[in-house]
Amino acid sequence: MRELSADLIAARVAALCQEANFDLPPDVLSALDKAGQQEDSPTGRRILNELCANAGVAASERIPLCQDTGMVLAFVEVGQDLHVTGGSLAEAINRGVARGYRDGYLRASVVVDPLRRVNTGDNTPAVVYYDIVPGDGFRITIMPKGFGSENCTALGMLKPADGLAGVRQFVLAAVDRAGANPCPPISVGVGLGGTADKALLLAKRALLRPLDEPNQDPDLAALENDLKVAINGLGYGPEGFGGRVTALAVHVETYPTHIAGLPVAVNISCHALRHKTWTW
Amino acid sequence: MDECMRIRVPFDAETAGALQAGQQVLLSGVIFGARDQAHQRFAEALARGRDLPVDLRGQVIYYVGPTPARPGRVIGAAGPTTGERMDAFTPELLAYGVRGIIAKGNRSLEVIAAIVQNGAVYLAATGGAGALLSRCIKEAQAVAYQDLGTEALWRFVIEDFPAIVAIDSRGRNLYQTGPAGYRQPHAHSPVNQRPAPGRGRTS
Repeated sequence: MRELSADLIAARVAALCQEANFDLPPDVLSALDKAGQQEDSPTGRRILNELCANAGVAASERIPLCQDTGMVLAFVEVGQDLHVTGGSLAEAINRGVARGYRDGYLRASVVVDPLRRVNTGDNTPAVVYYDIVPGDGFRITIMPKGFGSENCTALGMLKPADGLAGVRQFVLAAVDRAGANPCPPISVGVGLGGTADKALLLAKRALLRPLDEPNQDPDLAALENDLKVAINGLGYGPEGFGGRVTALAVHVETYPTHIAGLPVAVNISCHALRHKTWTW
Repeated sequence: MDECMRIRVPFDAETAGALQAGQQVLLSGVIFGARDQAHQRFAEALARGRDLPVDLRGQVIYYVGPTPARPGRVIGAAGPTTGERMDAFTPELLAYGVRGIIAKGNRSLEVIAAIVQNGAVYLAATGGAGALLSRCIKEAQAVAYQDLGTEALWRFVIEDFPAIVAIDSRGRNLYQTGPAGYRQPHAHSPVNQRPAPGRGRTS
């Protein structure tokens, strides 16, 4: 049985937290660059240039892209034949988050309790999702999620009869309601099916797919494109000051669902779609 | 409107009144940083008839919760946070005498009315450009509520800090007029053109 030490996981998580906050993924950077060529609004173009310059400063000076360095989501795939040694996996992840945020001068944005609101001081705990997979490998993706965009999340339990038109209407209404708040140009994750919680998780995971990769199902790829065109027709543009580029991408993920339901979830990322993966 | 206007902060009522939605500005001088929990404490102090820890009359408040400064640096990333979350507190603070706000995103009808009533101005900085904006902050000090960490009341000395006038003292709103010019007809039933239940959204 392959063994992986908890200390190594903690060290890698610490590094991932920092890299995710300093280095915008190349697909996001190239989407922002492309948006600059498509945008008609002079203000919009100026902002897109600023965002690219911001990414340059963040990467070279190791300063966060945004002061909202997020609450950490960790998506973990653990091979069923892997053995984590020297401590608990959950503790290792949180130790890594604490170290990464402290040593990287990242903001502690997490409060112990949603009502009493005392800061935990080290940005822990992370929100962790585990998948047990065949084999003896290990993969972890760290996604620092800012709350300007997270606060724009929407969940609808539609009727099966609402169908595609209902889904389209729901997604557009959610993005329209969000307006300038999630810092456009946004990426939009849409989760269809499953249960309410599953749809929300699908929407979140949809944001992790590279921006230049449409869904492999041609019908869903067409829906993604149709939604993106419609969202850009809302006119918000960069930062919501007006323009043609409101969304860089729309990603749809689906799961089987119940005969009585059509859950649809929308999870939005700001223009700084941050994530970083380590595979072992 | 494309030309950038250099402005000293704090500014007088006349300057606030002359700024027009869509105007780009470069701000230099002193501003105060405060976000959710500092606003909560402002509201509690005002409700009890107490002074705020700093006299904010005539001042500009920046909604920001910066990242910690690396050694040798003034501050970490320091971009604007969403203004809407402070909507509940803003009319009272404007009535108290705050002259300007820097944040991002649209504000409620109540806030826009208070901006007009008090001759104030709402400026937007680029959300998510925290690394770039940190270069315009030359001094940073947590002057009150230090127990709140990043949510403390901050005093910043800024130089050529870029912003755009989003809502001016006559109530003209770039968040409404800007997108209107690019919105496709029948793109979608315009949910943002009316206040959503309980959210006080503006068109």
